[in-house]
Amino acid sequence: MRHRIPLVLCSMLPGTVLAANLDLSIEIPRLDVAEYHRPYVAVWLEREDKSVAANLAVWYQQPKKGEKAPATAAPAAPAAAAGVAPGGMQGAAANLQGGVKWLPDLRQWWRRSGRELTLPVDGVTGATRAPGEHALSFNVADLPAGQYKLVVEAAREEGGRELVDVPFQVPAKDAQTIKAKGSRELGAISLSVKP
Amino acid sequence: MKSLIKPLAIAAALLPLSALAHKQWIAPSKTVLNVDQWVTFDAGSSTDPFVRDHNAARLDNLVITAPDGSTVAPENQASGKLRATFDLQLKQPGTYKIAVVNTGISASWDDNGQNKRWPPRGTPFTPEGFAQEVPKKAKDLKVTQSIGRLETFVTAGKPNDTALKPTGKGLELVQVTGFNDLYTGESATFQFLLDGKPAADVEVEVVADGTRYRSSVNEIELKTGKDGRFTLEWPQPGLYWLSASVQDKKADKPATDRRSSYTASFEVLSP
Repeated sequence: MRHRIPLVLCSMLPGTVLAANLDLSIEIPRLDVAEYHRPYVAVWLEREDKSVAANLAVWYQQPKKGEKAPATAAPAAPAAAAGVAPGGMQGAAANLQGGVKWLPDLRQWWRRSGRELTLPVDGVTGATRAPGEHALSFNVADLPAGQYKLVVEAAREEGGRELVDVPFQVPAKDAQTIKAKGSRELGAISLSVKP
Repeated sequence: MKSLIKPLAIAAALLPLSALAHKQWIAPSKTVLNVDQWVTFDAGSSTDPFVRDHNAARLDNLVITAPDGSTVAPENQASGKLRATFDLQLKQPGTYKIAVVNTGISASWDDNGQNKRWPPRGTPFTPEGFAQEVPKKAKDLKVTQSIGRLETFVTAGKPNDTALKPTGKGLELVQVTGFNDLYTGESATFQFLLDGKPAADVEVEVVADGTRYRSSVNEIELKTGKDGRFTLEWPQPGLYWLSASVQDKKADKPATDRRSSYTASFEVLSP
């Protein structure tokens, strides 16, 4: 019987491509540690084959004010040719690009899509966030009917890494809220899906 | 069986002792990185892979192939007593191949009960020297050509395979599962080629890093299928050493026997 729902929707919509309204709450836990750095966090929608349907948010250390993030790796090359000490060059590159150097530590996100992106991505990438609850809303277009997972991955300097996923269905039958919880690097995660 | 065992035994006796007793390795600091990042490598030979307790590897024949297929030079290259080292900045997105390819010919024979070898260790083979030093009709004369590849791979950003194209010479490994896309809980498949063709029935040995901190080596022993492929599961995250060798008669003259060996290191991450 479940097959009928998409069929009915198909007859109502041009094509099978749907949109999903997602309201999301992510808690970054307050941790009592000697040296605290805000975590890098990636939030994305995963298809059943683990490919990425949409990148929703990536929070990492942004370039310092007054410095422009280079679009490519080009600026480092002339510095090397001019014989600048490698240590100094590395430091300069790290400042210019903010924390992109550490993005591969968001290991699953890096593997599934991060390594293919040109950063920054409008409406997706942004600065790291403080401990507390963060509410996010997305209207994800071009989402074919099917089973998806919302995945939240966090990695923290001097800390650990954690991945929490929340499975949900598109289209949603009724408005529903699904809750999940991380154990250390992530707190409560709540996902509300509206039809 | 007798006819098979004898040549094998002689071939084994021919190898320099170090090839039997010590494993060559290159240990990358990381393999999954972003563009512009630096990575450093240690290379050595020791009884257990990655344990710095014997000799530095010789890096005379080190070639680093960048993602666009060009050759890039290592930086800060140095050789210590126990390990050689070099750095690399990943200026291009894609996969880099770091390879040390050692080739050579050596002869051994029986001179009135004494084992003789030429050329002496550390000196190169020359046709003139061979003609002068090696008696043509010596007892048990064996002339062996060796092709040894020592490799590892690192990727900045999205992997690509331009640098990974096989050369068609000796024993080489081809990725089926990406060399820098290895995770515990997922099986990985690779393929061995000999002179560019699938190498069947090759015995493959895999050893995880950290032998010093466990009481057994726990080597994984595998064999390639007809298509040269083999599949393995990684027991835990970390660095792995993978090695295989093949002996045949497809040697360049004046060699009569050939030994092709391949060794690589891979980093396996937890998903």
